[in-house]
Amino acid sequence: MHEVTVTRKKQRWPSDALMKVMLGLPALAAAALLLLIVVFLVYEAWPVMTGRSGISLLDFFRSDGWYPLQEQFGMLPMVWASIAAALGAMLLAVPMGLACALFSQYLAPAWIKGLFNSMISLLAGIPSVVFGLWGLTVLVPLIGQWQPPGASLLAAVLILAMMTLPTVALTSRAALAATTPSLYQGAAMLGMSRHRILLGVLVPAARRGILGGVLLAIARALGETMAVLMVAGNVVQTPASLFDPIRVLTANIALEMAYAVDQHRSSLFVSGLLLMAMVAILAWLANRMSRSMAHG
Amino acid sequence: MLDFCLRRLAILILSSGLVFAVQAESPRLTITGSSTVAPVISDIGKAFEQTNPGTRIDVQTGGSSRGIADAREGRADIGMVSRALNDNENDLAAYPFAMDGISIITHASNPVNALSRENTIAVFTGKITNWKALGGPDRPITVVNKAEGRSTLELFLAFFQLKNSDIRAQVVIGDNQQGIKTVAGNPGAIGYVSIGTAEFEAEYGTPIKLLPMAGIAPTTAHVADGSYPLSRQLNLVTAGPAGGLAAEFIAYARSASVNALIGEHFFVALSSAK
Amino acid sequence: MADRFFLLTLWLIAGLVTLTFAWLLGDILIKGVPAISWEFLSQAPSRAGRQGGIWPILVSTVLILSVAICVALPLGLCSAIWLAEFTRRDGPLGRRIGLALDILAGVPSIVIGLFGYAFFSGFLGLGFSILSGGLTLACMMLPILVRTAESGLTAVPDEWRHAAAALGMRRGSVLWHVLLPAAAPAITAGLLLAVGRATAETAALIFTSGYVDRMPESLSDSGRALAVHIYDLSMNVTGGDQAAYGSALVLVTLIIVINLLANLLSLYWAKRKVTLA
Repeated sequence: MHEVTVTRKKQRWPSDALMKVMLGLPALAAAALLLLIVVFLVYEAWPVMTGRSGISLLDFFRSDGWYPLQEQFGMLPMVWASIAAALGAMLLAVPMGLACALFSQYLAPAWIKGLFNSMISLLAGIPSVVFGLWGLTVLVPLIGQWQPPGASLLAAVLILAMMTLPTVALTSRAALAATTPSLYQGAAMLGMSRHRILLGVLVPAARRGILGGVLLAIARALGETMAVLMVAGNVVQTPASLFDPIRVLTANIALEMAYAVDQHRSSLFVSGLLLMAMVAILAWLANRMSRSMAHG
Repeated sequence: MLDFCLRRLAILILSSGLVFAVQAESPRLTITGSSTVAPVISDIGKAFEQTNPGTRIDVQTGGSSRGIADAREGRADIGMVSRALNDNENDLAAYPFAMDGISIITHASNPVNALSRENTIAVFTGKITNWKALGGPDRPITVVNKAEGRSTLELFLAFFQLKNSDIRAQVVIGDNQQGIKTVAGNPGAIGYVSIGTAEFEAEYGTPIKLLPMAGIAPTTAHVADGSYPLSRQLNLVTAGPAGGLAAEFIAYARSASVNALIGEHFFVALSSAK
Repeated sequence: MADRFFLLTLWLIAGLVTLTFAWLLGDILIKGVPAISWEFLSQAPSRAGRQGGIWPILVSTVLILSVAICVALPLGLCSAIWLAEFTRRDGPLGRRIGLALDILAGVPSIVIGLFGYAFFSGFLGLGFSILSGGLTLACMMLPILVRTAESGLTAVPDEWRHAAAALGMRRGSVLWHVLLPAAAPAITAGLLLAVGRATAETAALIFTSGYVDRMPESLSDSGRALAVHIYDLSMNVTGGDQAAYGSALVLVTLIIVINLLANLLSLYWAKRKVTLA
């Protein structure tokens, strides 16, 4: 009969245990920060959320319009506007950003590659004010010539796409660059055509990184304030066409927070919470997709 | 690994050291409020610092309501407000130092040169939607309205006796310049902005045009002599009567020595009006 | 040929993107170059920024960015390393913190600005200060840094870790000599994205680091960031357009410089790589 002795795993290097703790603390601090922000938001939104001040949460979605000074807080048109603008921007930015990443990583000759990458990195850093200014003075009049008033959902979608494309392109490129070279070589050896290799092998291999980039981009699109405020028209209505002026939730907060008091202020924080909830759902979905991808 | 942590620690210590370093012992004034008034008060503050060396005037924005709230709660020494005080704000002392008018503007290419009061109301409430009904080209009207809470909007509504929910706007803007740029980029647009701003831009070549109000031409001169009907006071407010450095600054802002500065911002200095 | 078509499409899209951005950059250049001069870069603003220069504003911006990077980079790297190396990839704690960071990335910037105003400026008593602005920006930069650094680290093949363990290396050494250099491109990309986000931030900084355009004397002074200055000049100050575009041009140049520095850093780091091949 064998006696199985179980030895306790001894740490070979004590510094490893120390490091685990020292690195874990900042991670916890980061999570604690999030908790703090949520607590802050909920605290500010509380008076309205409990319905004590006379509005119930459902009123946000039922009221006729957003006239805070007349105690009407119908948020739904702005919710649709935020979603429409972000979605439209993603429809443009994700394929085009991915295309740029593929182009830069696999297609571009060396001299173009450097310039192209620098340009995309540069664009990632241009402030939203500058995008907004350009949008207001160049894009909006252009759209307006086609269909007044020009300041519209379309303008918001285009500007947001321009702003988020670098995010998708940069993270996708980094993800593609991190795939093992043998993948490409192996596929080429099999005689696969270029587009098959890129779309069928490399993009799936890099999908976790790409998905992370897309999530960052959506978060940016939903949370963008300044640029959309300058080009989207800021009229509270549910967009019926691409050319309708819209007001997104973030622009609403920016426009009204300065003078909002009591209920109105709490309502603005409720809209902030709503945005966070939307991103949280997306993040959770992405998390689940990413996990299932890890197995497949 | 260790030097990595040491480096981080050093950075933290250095930064906190800087925080506790040189705290200004010089007399300091904090002024917050309207973003319309902030640029001119910022300039006046700099001029004040030069004539009274050693003082510091810190100007922050946030809106007229922020100015009132901060002045009340003592977070700011002076609040900037771009309108006259309401009845429920009587606990504050208001010191007007300049005047500003509000003018209706359209695109320069628009042949319509004047609008009657009824037509103006009809346009802004959406009853007239095309310029051809007013003798202009066949082009849809783009109404540019200001966002809620702005004093410009409140004055406009009060003058035409409208409520904000009556207005049918195609574009809602935040600050004056956004209004100017929107109207300049759209031949069918109509909006309202501060007169001084509009005058400057029109002279500078921006394609906008100012429309007279009730027959009076919208010029800063007419605001100064009081004949222009839609004008407002720019106020500095304090909780209770101002004293000390705040009183000195307010007196300075209302004196004739800053008239040129105020004029550069296209407002009308009160000490030079009437 | 589907292959030709696909490759052509890639070229076309890259071309379209380049053209659009050239349009944007060209606009800034044309309208901004007339404003640039040595006085513009070295003097303080006067006449509400229409005249004079932007020197104190540049200083404030660099200070705010430095505070933000000094806080966010160590915190972010440590969190990413912890998430990637010391938690099981599918373990509950790692996943929850990962999710928390993703949600943090999604908080609208204006909400973080309000939080910064209430917490850093109000509760911690920092008032309108560069420190407060920097800390608020760090909140925004953190999730981007962690997310990209973490994907960079997890993309490093496990064989490298196993080989290092077989060699008896300490985990710290593995990290420093093998993993971090290998993940350097991803970390750099993340840093550039995060810094780009930070320099672009306007709404959050108006409430925290403030509007004062004087040269800051310490980190507890209020200082106007370049993006805030551009916003004020173009949206609030009459006749401020030219200075606004000039400032925008300077900001774009600043981004280029930061990009170059980050890429150099990445190259240096990658050179320290100890590879198996």
